[in-house]
Amino acid sequence: MAARRKITLDRRKVVGQLLKDRGDLLLVTGLGAPTWDAAAVGDHPNNFYLWGGMGGAVLTGLGLALAQPKRRVLVMTGDGEMLMGVGGLATVAVQKPSNLAICIIDNQRYGETGMQETHTAHGVDLPAMAAGAGFQTALTVYTAKELSAAIPVLHSQPGPVFIDIKVTDSPQSMTLPPRDGPTLKHRFRENLLGQI
Amino acid sequence: MVSKKSKSWHWSQDVHQLFKKIGIKQIAYVPDGGLARLIERVQADKSMRSVVLTTEEEGVAQMAGAWLGGQRGVLLTQSGGVGNCINMLSMMQECRIPLLSLVSMRGEWGEQYPWQVPMGQSTIPALEAAKVIVHHVDQAEKVPETVEAAAKLAFDANRAVAVVLSQRIAGSGGQG
Repeated sequence: MAARRKITLDRRKVVGQLLKDRGDLLLVTGLGAPTWDAAAVGDHPNNFYLWGGMGGAVLTGLGLALAQPKRRVLVMTGDGEMLMGVGGLATVAVQKPSNLAICIIDNQRYGETGMQETHTAHGVDLPAMAAGAGFQTALTVYTAKELSAAIPVLHSQPGPVFIDIKVTDSPQSMTLPPRDGPTLKHRFRENLLGQI
Repeated sequence: MVSKKSKSWHWSQDVHQLFKKIGIKQIAYVPDGGLARLIERVQADKSMRSVVLTTEEEGVAQMAGAWLGGQRGVLLTQSGGVGNCINMLSMMQECRIPLLSLVSMRGEWGEQYPWQVPMGQSTIPALEAAKVIVHHVDQAEKVPETVEAAAKLAFDANRAVAVVLSQRIAGSGGQG
């Protein structure tokens, strides 16, 4: 288990910084707060929000990354969602997609169900699990300085990369993007492929 | 192509060729004896990417991502793996994302291993409860045409479809 440090980063500011210069990034968000964070800092047709399918964000990102090898794909999800699909780290590590980055917005809580503690609140170390699976880059971010260093890694370092960003559990306003499944699918495909 | 009357013919040859014809680019699978020959064929084919999963629901999510990115894929799973997929299948239903899956049955025709029977007997009801359209096939000669029909339903009509291969085709599959 990793040494614990003080958590100070605000998730909304982190996500704003992460997506500020997104270029032609394709983004998959895991259900719950990461979806709201992405919408709050700017809804985008290159965002595909999961509103369900808990545990599926990383593998959705893998399928997309394999289909679009010339585009950077970022999966941004929560610690609880990642834990539910943690075996997917092994699957991704075997495939070695150089265009896939995974970012955990880790507040150590199940935010949608009443802020109960997740395993990461008890020391479970997701980057260590990713490293164990075979990720060459697997980092934990606690500070603004570490975040500034991590952002270019997420956007351009050959993947797969895995970065766990520790954020406070302070409540945020809910900004809800579209949640109709076919609408989200159609706008993503139309923008990317020119067809629905 | 080997004639279907030939002793050396195996349905996996034609299904592999069909995958190429309809542009399948991603194959997600958890190994199974009943699908082993098909998996060997697609693994050897550089025109498609084979992805071994730790659990079958990963493949459902991967197929969603593949479709979002403009590629067609197939999920290969034993019937036991269907139980692992149920919640993730909600993505396909809610977003109307195509899913083509081949499911090799255990726990039915001639099964001798008792622990396979519960999930085997639940497989088709569980798929149907998750709004997956089921094409059950129990003759090897009919597998290729069934997969072809299922692929149209999946990719042209945007539906989740499972071709369920009877244990009568695949054999008993050993002890596990």
